[in-house]
Formats: sequence, C-alpha cells, structure tokens
Amino acid sequence: MIVDSSSPAPAKKSLLLSSEADLQRTQTPYVTGTSVIAIKYKDGILIAADMGGSYGSTLRYKNVERIRPVGKHSLIGASGEISDFQEILRYLDELILNDSMWDDGNSLGPKEVHNYLTRVMYNRRNKFNPLWNSLILGGVKNGQKYLGTVNMIGVHYEDNHVATGFGNHLARPILREEWNENLTFEEGVKLLEKCMRVLLYRDRSAVNKLQIAKITDEGFTISQPYSLKTQWKFKAFENPTVGAEGSW
Amino acid sequence: MSKAAIEVPPKGGFSFDLCRRNEMLVKKGLNAPSFLKTGTTIVGLVFQDGVILGADTRATEGPIVADKNCEKIHYIAPNIYCCGAGTAADTEAVTDMVSSQLTLHRHHTGRESRVVTALTLLKSHLFSYQGYVSAALVLGGVDFTGPHLHTIYPHGSTDTLPFATMGSGSLAAMAVFESKYREGLTRDEGVQLVAEAISSGIFNDLGSGSNVDICVLTKGHKEYLRNHLQPNPRTYISEKGYSFSKKTEVLLTKITPLRDSVHIIEGGDEMEE
Repeated sequence: MIVDSSSPAPAKKSLLLSSEADLQRTQTPYVTGTSVIAIKYKDGILIAADMGGSYGSTLRYKNVERIRPVGKHSLIGASGEISDFQEILRYLDELILNDSMWDDGNSLGPKEVHNYLTRVMYNRRNKFNPLWNSLILGGVKNGQKYLGTVNMIGVHYEDNHVATGFGNHLARPILREEWNENLTFEEGVKLLEKCMRVLLYRDRSAVNKLQIAKITDEGFTISQPYSLKTQWKFKAFENPTVGAEGSW
Repeated sequence: MSKAAIEVPPKGGFSFDLCRRNEMLVKKGLNAPSFLKTGTTIVGLVFQDGVILGADTRATEGPIVADKNCEKIHYIAPNIYCCGAGTAADTEAVTDMVSSQLTLHRHHTGRESRVVTALTLLKSHLFSYQGYVSAALVLGGVDFTGPHLHTIYPHGSTDTLPFATMGSGSLAAMAVFESKYREGLTRDEGVQLVAEAISSGIFNDLGSGSNVDICVLTKGHKEYLRNHLQPNPRTYISEKGYSFSKKTEVLLTKITPLRDSVHIIEGGDEMEE
C-alpha cells in the first residue's frame, strides 16, 4: 500500500474518507514468473514450470522455484509476482501448522487448500489490493486426484488440465487434443515437455530451465532443474529470403 | 522570392487532418463505431513442392458472428493467394487492388507474376497508411523461383517463413505448428497439419469458428478446397421444418398493385442538366 500524503484532503469529506482517498492500493508486479502447466495423469498430478524470475524485460533470476509442496497432499505452482507468492507460502505454512496442531489424524487435502486460497485471493481483490498471482493447486488425497487453479481476481475452477498466463493460449490447445485419462508417468512428462517447448519458442519471458513435479498418494517429488532440447536449425529458417532477395 | 506558404492541393494518400480531432473525441468519451473484424485464424505452410494456405470462416462484429461462412483466402494471381485477418473491408480492398495491379503488370510484361511483387505492392501500400489499414496478411504462392510464404503486418513489415500464423487464433495454431512441423512434408501431411492448426484455432479461440478452408499451390497448379472440413455442422434442425401445418386456412388471396402505371407525357420540356 502506498500512502500518498502529498495531496491535501478536501475539507468537505469526512475525516475517515479523506484518509482513504489518499491511500493507493493497486499494484504493479515487479519480479514475475511466467506460465505454469499441470495435468492429471493415471497415478496423480504432474506440474511443470520454468525457473525464471523476470524483472520487467530483464531475466533477472534464473533459479526461482515456482512449485512448492503444501502439507502432505498438495503442490502449489505460481506465476506472477514472486514476492506475493512468497507471502502466500507463509499463509499456507500457518494454515498447515494450525491444522497439524489439532493432532487429530486428519490433514488438509488439495480441495481444502484450494478453497482457502480462493477465499484469500478474492478477498484481497475486493479490497483493491490483490496478490498478483495465478496459482495452480494440485494433489491427491485418499486416491482422489484434484487439480484446480485460482488467479488474482478470484476466478477459480478445476479441470483435468490447467495452465496460467501464456500457457492458456499455447499449451491448453495441445492439452485439449492430446490429454486422456490414462496417461502414464512417461507419457505425461512427454506431453508437458511438448507444451513447455512451444512456450520456450514463443513466450519471450520463458527460460530453458524447468522443473517437473509429481504428486501421488505416496508423496511428492520435484525434479532437479533440467533443460529441453530445441531445434533451431530448420533449413528453411537458415536462409529464408533465398528467392526473395532484399525482403526480410 | 518570398517563403510564404502556398496552398497546395493534397496529391492523394491518407489525409491525417482529422486524426487529432478523433483522438480528442475518444478522450471525451465517444464510442467510435466498431469495424467488421475477421477475428481469425489464418496459417501458411511451405512443403516439398509448394505452399498450403489455411483459414477459418467466421467473421465477427464485436461479440456477434456476422458471417458464418466467409471466404478469407483471397485471389491475387493464378499462382498467388493471400489469407487476410483484421478488418474485413481492408483485407478485401487491399487484396483486390493488388490483384488488379498484378493483372495489368502481367499484360505489360507477358510473364507469370512473382510473389515478391505482390509482397512489395502490399507492404508499401500498408506502410504508407501507417497501420491505419488494418490488414494482417499471409501471402503464399509458387512462381518460377520456387514456393514462397510471407506474413505482412498492418504497419507494413514482412517476414519470410516456412510456417506462419496470424489473427486472434494464431497462438493456438502456432502451438500446433511448433510441436508438429518437420522438414520434407508431403502434400497430404501438409494439408493434415494445416487443417489441425486451423481446427485448433476454431475450437480454442472465440474469434474463429465454423469451417476450414484450404488452398494448395504447386508449380502450375492450384487447388482451392473451400470448406475442406466442416467440424461445426448444424445439429438441431426441427423436423417439422418451417412450413405451415395443413390445417391453416387461407382466407383470402389478393394482389394489390403498389402504384398505378405511369403516363408518359410526350413533347414535354427538356430536362434541366
């Protein structure tokens, strides 16, 4: 929140309103992460995200982990403002801690965490002070797979495959064609890598260093960072204007 | 020799005089009339022997579908076709204009038109209008130098590419191209890939829809596959149709002439010029 005290409050407004009129709450994002994509597969959920944190048009941070575990049953992936993501992780930490203090053998599943996040995001938006993120929440509890998303204005839904940001335009068309219920782990990873490769080619804020995370009833694993093989050497790209000399 | 400003009549081209006034009106809250946009998916692909162009067939006017089956692949020359996205009037007018210029040019030179000629004519026209002619084009053709594919943006810049997409559905179509393109595609594989890319645009983009048009251009031969795919058929047709039921009584049939016949007066005054 930025308190702007330089403009004088008009005399006619009540004291309460005048202080409100000086506060500015809308923000702009500074360090941002780009798309996250996630799919349900046979044994659970797969989430993929690259490790880039852009500062405007600069690729400032190349080691940002944008997929994190939440409690025993869920994974959260975030795009958007990284500092707001870190704040959300603190809220979730407190939520999980309070839940485990009950010590009742029960633990919050992905559906509950998603609901909590939706309430937080929507409330902040109504106060004109949003957490500038698009979140993906996926997990498995008691054999039930769950995959949902919520963004900075509070729009939330669940589906078999979700994506944030550019992933919605580039990855979801591919996922709609090629996803099916019985993907094995290898097929799921191949499908996610196919989408991440298209994002790498066509999203300017993408970086070639990604992690793929998996969560099943047994637990979660987040892979070590690795990079995708890319093909830049199509013959037609090497000398495109042959036959059209002078054009570009 | 005075340097006083002499009133010179404008020699043609776009007159920017009213632009400042228009901007001022918009700032004051005027809703400018909307254009008929083709919110579109158009693609082009170079394969072994030529070029394949593809387009959807939906024309939108804001949120309404104005034309469910329009033609977005325009004729430029017997060996050159052009897909157009953006304002429908602009794409039609600019492609028709270049097409007629090329016909005259062919008569003058006695040779088959080249794709770069169409490219240069289009880009210099669009550039001189500084982006106000809102036409984004995918130009493809085969001339004696080989197959060519170009994209032309409304401000007049061009790209020469082996595969290209334009329009609001371009990201959905590009996702298909980037994941499935490879070198040395045959004609059938190319048509299949283009149809997939356009279908991706049709089903994932709201500005594109209805059918898939395809145009295959090879040396000396063109195939215009209008409505190659129709993945959005009309599913709910009332069986009763739209005729009246037999029980309807026809009470009266009367034909009323709208106007009495006109009498022509001979020998009247001559019409004033």
